[in-house]
Amino acid sequence: MLTDLTIAQAAEGLRRRDFSAAELTKAHTGAIGQLNERLNAYITVTADKAEAAAAQADKALAAGDAPTLTGIPLGIKDLFCTEGVKTTAASRILGNFVPPYESTVTANLLKNGAVFLGKTNLDEFAMGSANLTSAFGEVENPWHRTGDASVLVPGGSSGGSAAAVAAHIAMGATGTDTGGSIRQPAAYCGIVGLKPTYGRCSRWGTIAFASSLDQAGPMTRTVEDAAIMLQAMAGHDPKDSTSADLAVPDYRAATTRSLKGLRVGIPAEYRPEGMSAELLAVWQKGIDMLRDAGCEIVDVSLPHTKYGLATYYIIAPAECSSNLARYDGVRFGVRAEGAASLDDLYEKTRHDGFGEEVRRRILVGTYVLSAGYYDAYYLKAQKVRTLIRRDFTSAFEKVDVLLTPTAPTAAFGRDEKPEDPVQMYLNDIFTVPASMAGQPAMSVPVALDSRGLPLGLQLIGRHFDEETLIAAGAALEKAAAFSARPDLRAGAAA
Amino acid sequence: MSLDPATTRRIARLARIGLDDQETEAVRTQLGGILGWIEILNEVEVEGVPPMVGTSMNAALPQREDIVTDGDCQEKVLSNAPDRAGPFFTVPKVVE
Repeated sequence: MLTDLTIAQAAEGLRRRDFSAAELTKAHTGAIGQLNERLNAYITVTADKAEAAAAQADKALAAGDAPTLTGIPLGIKDLFCTEGVKTTAASRILGNFVPPYESTVTANLLKNGAVFLGKTNLDEFAMGSANLTSAFGEVENPWHRTGDASVLVPGGSSGGSAAAVAAHIAMGATGTDTGGSIRQPAAYCGIVGLKPTYGRCSRWGTIAFASSLDQAGPMTRTVEDAAIMLQAMAGHDPKDSTSADLAVPDYRAATTRSLKGLRVGIPAEYRPEGMSAELLAVWQKGIDMLRDAGCEIVDVSLPHTKYGLATYYIIAPAECSSNLARYDGVRFGVRAEGAASLDDLYEKTRHDGFGEEVRRRILVGTYVLSAGYYDAYYLKAQKVRTLIRRDFTSAFEKVDVLLTPTAPTAAFGRDEKPEDPVQMYLNDIFTVPASMAGQPAMSVPVALDSRGLPLGLQLIGRHFDEETLIAAGAALEKAAAFSARPDLRAGAAA
Repeated sequence: MSLDPATTRRIARLARIGLDDQETEAVRTQLGGILGWIEILNEVEVEGVPPMVGTSMNAALPQREDIVTDGDCQEKVLSNAPDRAGPFFTVPKVVE
């Protein structure tokens, strides 16, 4: 089936004229038609636009010399502004927002020939770890526990992207990662998710959550596909002052690189009390695989790991409270009706337009930045952040890459969601520290747990060394030979 | 860590998020929980540690010529306005 192909395979098939871009896109829009009502992975499906783009792609392919992603159908997280296509951030407040411009990352993908199938669902403003906070409904994880039909969450915030790729209703998708929003849903849905180094992909035109942490990256079914997509997404952009003016290396070439002599660090602090024996066993399996591939395994320490989450939940809400101040019901977005004064208009609009979790984070951020609390919370967190970054800097003096679990558990049930927000935040315990330090990191699916759900391992690299992640990720992928697919997917839907 | 109702209302006011009494109480409890959990940072010795401001690896903030690079797109700017009057955004009456 066309929907079973990887991006690399499809790109080859298109060039051999085994099938057309029109057929490839039709296969995907058809599958979206069958599955999306249940999965809710897409907020907006742009089938007509996709078909028009596919027709263009066929012309380019016939003319020869078409760029790599020509005719490849992708899902775009609904946090990337797309010109003329509604972009909601999964929030009521942007429910009718149609950007008059295109984000740099999506513009780069379009330049590379990609076909956009639609805008994928997410936690509202990318704030969440289970895709339960979208104003457009929850996303269902296409995986289910063996013999148990309970609905599981896809992780978050890029849960719609992860579910779409896992269910074969997109060949790949863009995600954004602020504290784990690419890697954790990738692990929950059994796919590959790569968060590049801060600065590798432009943030211009991506709706901001926490600007010192937000980073776009690819979500795909193979490491090679992640390399291909990142190649197209990355690059310097003068419109983002934090964008790195560095050459983008050949990521795909890194997939076949030898790992002989590569030093892999195993951080002691990623083994908290109460961690499941099953997850520990999968981690050990990953260590053995990399050792067998010629790596040297080295124990390392990242002593400030346990402070990562608390630091994150000061810094990220602080930046969010500032970034989200722009939603005032005046210049764009939804405005509340019946306001008597300007202040009333702001307060009503922001109360009605934002969901509960977004309101909570804005309020936490407002508190930690307010007079009298700034030093105790925000300044303190910035200092601890320096220590977290130093942990990584000293670890990378001894090793080339780190291997850890991606998330503390497999996907959990929609009705097993913790009531306490702090319990929900703990899902990101292993992903947040790398975000705080700006390191690139990637989740690779490695095994199924005893209940038949995928578990992922995380590789964390040096700044701007995505190549080592890709090389080690490809080796893990090869050794793990993870070929399981969810029961809910194109061509196999129940 | 517990917040008092007055502080909670002040924060909501600063953030321009209207909350009714019931919501204020719920927020007060939840924020208290989150802030209590964050207090784990008190254990960390940060004497002499500089704050990490931003994540950019760029050595310096890039600069460009001070010239106009964009503009003359009034309709685009106004295209998402919830309410407009000609070339203007509108707001409720602010002067009596």
